[in-house]
Amino acid sequence: MTAADEVLLRERFRITGSDFEHGGEVSARIKSILKEIGIPVEAIRRLSIANFEAEMNVVMYADEATLTLEVFSNAVRVEVADRGPGIPDVEKAMEPGFSTATEEMRARGFGAGLGLPNIERNTDEFVIESEVGTGTTLRYRVSWS
Amino acid sequence: MKLNDLSEKLDLKAQTRIFDREISGVYISDMVSDVIANAKAGNLLVTVQIHNNVIAAANLVDIAGIVVTQGKAPAEDVVKMAEKAEITLFTTEMNRWQMATQLYEAGIR
Repeated sequence: MTAADEVLLRERFRITGSDFEHGGEVSARIKSILKEIGIPVEAIRRLSIANFEAEMNVVMYADEATLTLEVFSNAVRVEVADRGPGIPDVEKAMEPGFSTATEEMRARGFGAGLGLPNIERNTDEFVIESEVGTGTTLRYRVSWS
Repeated sequence: MKLNDLSEKLDLKAQTRIFDREISGVYISDMVSDVIANAKAGNLLVTVQIHNNVIAAANLVDIAGIVVTQGKAPAEDVVKMAEKAEITLFTTEMNRWQMATQLYEAGIR
């Protein structure tokens, strides 16, 4: 195992579905952790965008999720595994502009179909696994030199 | 320009304390995913969209201040959240376009 593979910090966070009141708080906590560790500002910005979109997706569509944060010396890996309805067509869900948001979500400024594309654009690696009726797992990584 | 100078130049009502921060530019949007992806650190966000998820997004990308247009009043918990995040929250009766022109005339380019 090389130094770059060594996990410097691993922490888990719970995200609750339908909890709009606290939507964004897990992302905010992670941001302060990364800031304290001294992760480069641009990497924190990219991770914050991805984490916020992932967190709000859980709030809007899933029952609950566990976000696992892993910090390495030159990268951060995040896994967001939810219990929820799953995504029937992942490719379609990745299309900018495609959304299944309700009127209520749209009225709050969500549902522009930018969530998953925002995660893809701001990460160096992004994988979605989803099973209808079980849930969705997102895995992404942001690296720096 | 500092937030304080801006509030003196324009007819804005501060709902929080006015924090001592410099504005680096303006971003105008009502879509949360657009705001978080495209607004820059230090920007002033002009929007009609005001709830706690917007404050969370604004905080994540270090937005300096928010102007809520069209006379919309933010809820008390939203004001508290902004205050805690040290994001200055203003309200105005103006619409987004009127606000944009005034910000431009005030020298924010």
